[in-house]
Amino acid sequence: MSKTPRYFNEMFENGKLRPPYKGLEGWARDMPVDLRTMKQNEAEALFRRIGITFAVYGEGGDPDRLIPFDMFPRVFTDTEWRKLERGVTQRARALNAFLTDVYGRGEIIRAGRVPANLVYCNEAFERAVVGIRPPRDVYSHIVGIDIVRTGPDEFYVLEDNCRTPSGVSYMLENREIMMRMFPHLFQENRIAPVDSYPRQLKRTLASVAPPKCEGEPVIVILTPGSMNSAYYEHSFLADMMGMELVEGQDLFVDGDFVWMKTTEGPQKVDVIYRRIDDAFLDPLCFRPDSMLGVPGLMNVYRSGGVTLASAPGAGVADDKAIYTFVPEMVRFYLGEEPLLQNVPTWQCAKADDCAYVLEHLAELVVKEVHGSGGYGMLVGPKSSAGQIEAFRSKIEENPANYIAQPTLALSACPTFVEEGLAPRHVDLRPYCLVGQDVVLVPGGLTRVALTEGSLVVNSSQGGGVKDTWVLAD
Amino acid sequence: MRLTVTHQTVYRFDEPMWGVVQSHRLTPARTASQTVIDWTVSVEGGTSGAAFRDAAGDWIETLTVRGPVTEITIDVAGTVETEDTAGVLRGHRESMPPRAYLRPSRATTPDAALAALAEKAVEKIALGDTLAAAHALSHAITDAIAYTPGETHAQTTAAEALAQGKGVCQDHAHALIAAALCREIPARYVAGYLYSAADEAMAEASHAWAELYIPDLGWVGFDPANACCPDERYIRLGSGADAAEAAPIRGIALGEGQEALDVSVAVEQVQQ
Repeated sequence: MSKTPRYFNEMFENGKLRPPYKGLEGWARDMPVDLRTMKQNEAEALFRRIGITFAVYGEGGDPDRLIPFDMFPRVFTDTEWRKLERGVTQRARALNAFLTDVYGRGEIIRAGRVPANLVYCNEAFERAVVGIRPPRDVYSHIVGIDIVRTGPDEFYVLEDNCRTPSGVSYMLENREIMMRMFPHLFQENRIAPVDSYPRQLKRTLASVAPPKCEGEPVIVILTPGSMNSAYYEHSFLADMMGMELVEGQDLFVDGDFVWMKTTEGPQKVDVIYRRIDDAFLDPLCFRPDSMLGVPGLMNVYRSGGVTLASAPGAGVADDKAIYTFVPEMVRFYLGEEPLLQNVPTWQCAKADDCAYVLEHLAELVVKEVHGSGGYGMLVGPKSSAGQIEAFRSKIEENPANYIAQPTLALSACPTFVEEGLAPRHVDLRPYCLVGQDVVLVPGGLTRVALTEGSLVVNSSQGGGVKDTWVLAD
Repeated sequence: MRLTVTHQTVYRFDEPMWGVVQSHRLTPARTASQTVIDWTVSVEGGTSGAAFRDAAGDWIETLTVRGPVTEITIDVAGTVETEDTAGVLRGHRESMPPRAYLRPSRATTPDAALAALAEKAVEKIALGDTLAAAHALSHAITDAIAYTPGETHAQTTAAEALAQGKGVCQDHAHALIAAALCREIPARYVAGYLYSAADEAMAEASHAWAELYIPDLGWVGFDPANACCPDERYIRLGSGADAAEAAPIRGIALGEGQEALDVSVAVEQVQQ
């Protein structure tokens, strides 16, 4: 019924085993079914015990269900990874340069390389931070870049996440659980460790302490609270980095600084890794009804008393309409050619593009400009005529709200299914840290579309996760 | 014209509050039309800090008061020498791109009626004559919304004010901003003070108007409530996308108590 385009199989190319998966072929083949079931149950029990669950919005059912974990790892060679790493760090530098620029002199706009209205009229553009230079000119300290693969040497960036990308706890926990369940795999294969991530994140955050901070900076994680779908991750990272996990009510502004209430009296806070959206950060600057933030926080930030990571306003760089211009940013700010390609994108805001999109809905993926989590999108080849027509009227109603991309033949990686091993489509989100240095831990979150033929990997849409290996040379 | 301002704001709470945090935009900037001779903002019992000049050129200060607090008084007093620049904002240091004021806020989102009003107001004006269009829009708002205190409240939107046909300076300014945005003219809200001689009809010492961005001229003030452009009777305090963003005092009190607000503003001319 649905036509699946030819795709790249990361383990078998034209029926031949690709070298990075050499260490896994026998392991999977020789694993008895009952052992596999036992291990799968063990993995699930471990995930349950550590409490890593993910709330799924708008689907009904158990909001605290586990994201399915697939035990078959996804593997990159050292060479493949180094190429990805160069591309990802390049992109993270360009995105930060863009943010510094658009909240400063706007050179890229003056040069006519990015349309002014796309930036200044963008919902994510924050007037409140115009003219502010955050420490080291870093706005987005954790850049999550969603990448898909279509061939041995072909990688495309699907989207950038410059605000507070989530999921890194899965990268760490997936590895932890794989090591616990299959220790021999980690003796037989030289797999680059990912466990330095919390340390690197802490170092990154410390490196952007405000100039007013003397001595060792005090860093906290600000969470919207236990009702948030990523709360597990917030508390996990606080634990791993040995820092306080706070809610808005635990912080207050006094004089030039932000303080944390402690049993030993107020403690000045220098860096806040906030996992709260801009709109809720400070009722005196953004939404006046927000109870999650800290009143006066933005004034302290704007006067240089505290660093917010990511910086408010960082979202203007990861907007889907701005996305088209990221390769241009790489050329403009870094004077380099982009190493990672964008997926060709049609902007429905442009009449020509929109006409093309409406004519080719059955072949395209259409997304909302500000959407995320796989909601409100149309995957043309997987949709019924009725769904396509319904989506057509949504686009016609508000074209500027939509972009469209070709349906990419996402690569597939072997995945344990009922009948044994079968290829399932995957993507990758590495987490690039930007502070004094720009670093990428060798790994990331591989998401897998568990339904046969499906290209939607979002955990909110029934996707699963895998451990991601980078083999040492 | 030399003007003195005394502006007192008193917050009273019916039960003690844990604390109060406020962001103050209470100090006028120097521009071609105003020179601050002296100016003080005083509050008893609070800590003042986290002060900076924002990209729009406004001086912002943060006030924190630790509880228990049942009353706060903020006293502003100062003297400003003003000049008539026909509403043109000159000599004002700011780095905000004017296009950042093309996006409507909740209060300034135009509806069909505002869009129709804006279109009709400029129909006889040559394309590209933004200054004439701005004047025409301001006149249209003056005509469409009668100055009537007590008919609107702080949360009233531009669209609601136009539908009612009544409002105060805040509503006039919001409606003009919304109409300007329909014509893709950057527009923002300005809070300030207005001097009125004893015989003048509108004695609204705490005042608000709009600024529209005119190519070659820059920001130009329009006061639809008084059917004029700001002159030497006006003192400009600060700006924002709408009344909430430009508010001279934006604050929050932590606790369960109810707040009662008492504001008195007097603007007088110093006889020289």
